[in-house]
Amino acid sequence: MKTVLKCENLHVYYGSIHAIKGVSFEVGEGEIVTLIGANGAGKSTTLNTVGGLLKPREGSIEFEGKSILGVAPHKVVSEGMALCPEGRRVFAQLSVKENLEMGAYTRPASEIPETLEMVYEHFPRLKERQGQMAGTLSGGEQQMLAMGRALMSKPRLMMLDEPSMGLAPILVDQIFEIIEALNKAGTTILLVEQNAQMALSIADRAYVLETGRIVNSGTGKDLLNDDSVKKAYLGG
Amino acid sequence: MLVHLINGISLGSIYAIIALGYTMVYGIAKMLNFAHGDVIMIGGYVAFFAMSEGAGLPAPLALLLAIIVCTILGITIERLAYKPLRSATSLAVLITAIGMSYFLQNSALLLWGANPKAFPDMFKNAEAIEFFGAKISPVALVAIFANIVIMVILTLFTTRTKVGKAMRAVSEDKGAATLMGINVNFTISLTFAIGSGLAAVAGVLLCSAYPTLMPTTGSLPGIKAFTAAVFGGIGSIPGAMIGGILLGVIEILARAYISSELADAIVFGVLIVVLIFRPTGLLGKQIHEKV
Repeated sequence: MKTVLKCENLHVYYGSIHAIKGVSFEVGEGEIVTLIGANGAGKSTTLNTVGGLLKPREGSIEFEGKSILGVAPHKVVSEGMALCPEGRRVFAQLSVKENLEMGAYTRPASEIPETLEMVYEHFPRLKERQGQMAGTLSGGEQQMLAMGRALMSKPRLMMLDEPSMGLAPILVDQIFEIIEALNKAGTTILLVEQNAQMALSIADRAYVLETGRIVNSGTGKDLLNDDSVKKAYLGG
Repeated sequence: MLVHLINGISLGSIYAIIALGYTMVYGIAKMLNFAHGDVIMIGGYVAFFAMSEGAGLPAPLALLLAIIVCTILGITIERLAYKPLRSATSLAVLITAIGMSYFLQNSALLLWGANPKAFPDMFKNAEAIEFFGAKISPVALVAIFANIVIMVILTLFTTRTKVGKAMRAVSEDKGAATLMGINVNFTISLTFAIGSGLAAVAGVLLCSAYPTLMPTTGSLPGIKAFTAAVFGGIGSIPGAMIGGILLGVIEILARAYISSELADAIVFGVLIVVLIFRPTGLLGKQIHEKV
């Protein structure tokens, strides 16, 4: 299997706070890989570092064999990866369609209508609401929009930060079904989740983060049955 | 009455054009650029010297030159003074902006002296126009017309073009905009460029309407336009327009019917009352985030 993303010995600081302490992990082509862990374990920090929003003080990040450390934050998306951030962060005052257009900001205008149709196929609800301001959407719809917006750059690697946060269980199921469908359609997925049960059940492989370090890893199934993981993250 | 109303709208249009610079920069960079009023003054001086006997450029070219100089000045101010403070506290940025304002005023004082200059009449060949019996000066009409054109262009730019939409995206969430591949620094520079170019237009209009040009010429109109931006809802483009025009009309009517000494006090009094009842201004953003 080809390695899409390879992070080695990442150290990330917020000022003097050492948030990520030597994290290494890999994502292979076509996989769903998840990072699970408690609040404050460093999951989002790791993802934001890969996405270019934070700079590691030490370590390397390679995407498809090429280092992306020196790449300007706004150019990371052109490399072929997209990050769907925590808390959705849709542009509330822009319409649904404008949000999606922003997702395709780096791509030529002529290719946008086709990608837009692809996204509407995954998220028919967004098509119904395309003229509406994103701020008026429900939480579930905003999550769909955030994912659709990330998809608009046609990423080969899609990173999702807490897509289930604050959603009703039925919507969580729906979002995870869509993640699996996107993966089947050929997108490699790196998923950060507090809902460890859901994340592990769809993941090929998983890493467990605790206070900035990876303390466990394995296939999704193995970790679902792992006693320490069960105890810490799956409620017994 | 009609003549006061039209003069008010005209003065308000100048305020609106200045207020746009405040409001757009605030929307994008979340900072109050108190040096904005002084960019207006620089624009006035550039146009003044371009039209003076030595250079003798025609008025449209002088205006163009003022726009170019102010645009470059605006980008330079942002690069040198504000960009290094992008992650600093807003108070540090505010103090820097006030410092920049004094720097520009004192540079003008040093270069061009304290003596007021009489700004040439750009419309000396045009006659006052009769409008339902009211005599309207050409500069008043030009100001109103310029304001409308600028509003239409800016509205189209921010709603129809890719870069304009990206500007709105950056004003909402810089991090998310970066993730989309939008170059936030470029967008901020562009906003300063547009705001400062508009300041040049406002400077020339202002000096044509009130032809005394000195290093402090931009201060009070700058403060009033800032008030107009807050009045309309800072960060909102239509808010700047409505705020500017209301402010101009209130000022001229107060001057005509109540007292010219009290006019400014009345203007700021109205602002206080509006902010008590609508803290975000007339068109301020009040969308609540959904979870």
